[in-house]
Amino acid sequence: MPPPLIEFRGVSRSYGEGEARVMALDTVDLTIEAGEFVAIMGPSGSGKSTAMNIIGCLDRPTAGHYLFQGADVSNLSRDQRALLRRHYLGFVFQGFNLLARTSALENVELPLIYKGMARTERIAWAEAALEKVGLSGRAGHDPSQLSGGQQQRVAIARALAGDPMVILADEPTGNLDTRRSHEIMELLAQLNRDDGITIVMVTHEEDMATYASRRIDFVDGRIVSDTGARAMEGAA
Amino acid sequence: MILESFRLALQAILRNLLRSFLTVLGIVIGVAAVIAMVTIGQGSSDQVTASVESLGSNVLVLRPGRAMMGPGVSDSAPEFRLADAEALAGLPVVAAAAPVSSTSLTVVYGNSNATTTITGTDTAYLDINSWDVTRGRSFTSAEERAGSAVCLVGETVRQKLFGATDPTGEMIRLKGVACEVVGLLAAKGASSFGMDQDDTVIVPIRMLQRRVTGSTDVANIRVSVAPGVTTDRAIRDIQTLMRERRHVAVGEEDDFSVTDMKEISSMLSGINNVLTGLLSSVAAVSLLVGGIGIMNIMLVSVTERTREIGIRLAVGAETGQVLSQFLIEAMVLSLIGGAIGIALGLLIAFVGAQVMAIPFAPSLGVVALAFVFSALVGVVFGYFPARSAARLDPIEALRHQ
Ligand SMILES: Nc1ncnc2c1ncn2[C@@H]1O[C@H](COP(=O)(O)OP(=O)(O)OP(=O)(O)O)[C@@H](O)[C@H]1O
Ligand SMILES: [Mg+2]
Repeated sequence: MPPPLIEFRGVSRSYGEGEARVMALDTVDLTIEAGEFVAIMGPSGSGKSTAMNIIGCLDRPTAGHYLFQGADVSNLSRDQRALLRRHYLGFVFQGFNLLARTSALENVELPLIYKGMARTERIAWAEAALEKVGLSGRAGHDPSQLSGGQQQRVAIARALAGDPMVILADEPTGNLDTRRSHEIMELLAQLNRDDGITIVMVTHEEDMATYASRRIDFVDGRIVSDTGARAMEGAA
Repeated sequence: MILESFRLALQAILRNLLRSFLTVLGIVIGVAAVIAMVTIGQGSSDQVTASVESLGSNVLVLRPGRAMMGPGVSDSAPEFRLADAEALAGLPVVAAAAPVSSTSLTVVYGNSNATTTITGTDTAYLDINSWDVTRGRSFTSAEERAGSAVCLVGETVRQKLFGATDPTGEMIRLKGVACEVVGLLAAKGASSFGMDQDDTVIVPIRMLQRRVTGSTDVANIRVSVAPGVTTDRAIRDIQTLMRERRHVAVGEEDDFSVTDMKEISSMLSGINNVLTGLLSSVAAVSLLVGGIGIMNIMLVSVTERTREIGIRLAVGAETGQVLSQFLIEAMVLSLIGGAIGIALGLLIAFVGAQVMAIPFAPSLGVVALAFVFSALVGVVFGYFPARSAARLDPIEALRHQ
């Protein structure tokens, strides 16, 4: 049996020192297998984003170990983590985070530039990713010319373009209306189902969490409930 | 990959044209100022050098009155006579001596007339000034002795009076005296004092004295130093001779001056170099200010683009890649600024050269230097902002609004 895709062993993340010290994550154990669609929920300040940042190698635990595909990545350097993100991870943010005054196509090309892909190949990949999210017709549009839902699709296409194993989505529907939110969730569920991409998503909305096959609840930096990997078969 | 980086940098620059323009403005002005200053300075110093060279062998000018009394200031010292020039020509340290007197007159040819300087002298004057007769001939010694009504015209006078007509053999009138044009002088251009040396008519000095000014005075005497003789030595011998001729008592100051033309010219070119250096360093300071401007706006741009940097880091950009992206951007920006500055500076220098009637002397070295320097400004002043961009924490950068 291969090692789990994502494994937290007693991971803690604290901010500040002494009296002012805040435990954003408190000795969390967590295992996510390849192919899962996980929804992380919990009240504000419970450590959801902190966990996502560590999973996404944007941040490092202050204690414990994070294993990615069985390899301990807790102590990798800044550039080593950049390489991990480049090759295995895709991000979708609440605020879309697209480059302004930059076409949808160029936004999607961005991770491919850092992969060192040649320009023509890059454009082909980016176009394919845009097609996958249903935006082939908008390749030349600026973010300012796109609706919120469309912008989030471009962001998903960008995460997709790098051919990641995992897409990390921190409140991807936080800025969208209900209809748009469901469309985005369907897109993520489809990527999980058809392409086998592991998806870890933070959400505040029960409705959105139902798209996931597993639900983990955080309170005060600890996991208080986890429907477990088993629920996957049942939900699908 | 390098080419790709430059393409991306150019894209980023074009994405915000106004900001890019403001960023490079300082560099443009700085480089343009340096190029214009150096080019104009070089032009005017070329001109001084050319006029020094046109003097040929070393030339001394003798004037009555004490040294350093400007023109028109006289201290009742006796004027020179033709015999003084002849005596000077007899000195072994002197190669040639030419008496010179001049006056301003209107000369008439047919229906046209022009006001010009009439210079009375002899053919030694042409030798001393390495001035050729391009058409016709110079004066004969018989004409000089007799003070015949013959003349040589300068290029400017030829243009004003004769147009397309060959002037040699034509008659012009100077103050009622009909005078035959026997030769045309080679064009000499402006002197280092900015005077048009071609705006003149040369006549035998005896002709000027008798028929035009009616005085036997000689305003100054031009002397060329004999080959192999030092200027100091020549001046000493000339002073001794002239003191004797003018009966200056022992212990009394000279009542005439001997000026070394080369000395004046090299002094001029020295002043010119100092001025060019001064203005160039002011311009160089403005280039430095331009560099600081680049740094400022790049720093602002890093703050403005914090989220962009966060996005790039999130999708897998390494520290070095962000660093080189911003460095290349700064470099491309300042190179563009440098190129515009060079073009603008050369344009200013070209127009300036026309206005000041000096040669346009662009120097490839200076242009290359300005280009290299502006690339350097980009690297040096782009480094600090680039480093602060590359060191950003991706999480905080992404959260930045
Ligand atoms: N950079 C930081 N410095 C100090 N404390 C921080 C920092 N980032 C997060 N925290 C603290 O860590 C705790 C967890 O924050 P986190 O952002 O993970 O919460 P969250 O569950 O994502 O909340 P929300 O639902 O509001 O996004 C909070 O108490 C927060 O104040
Ligand atoms: Mg959060």
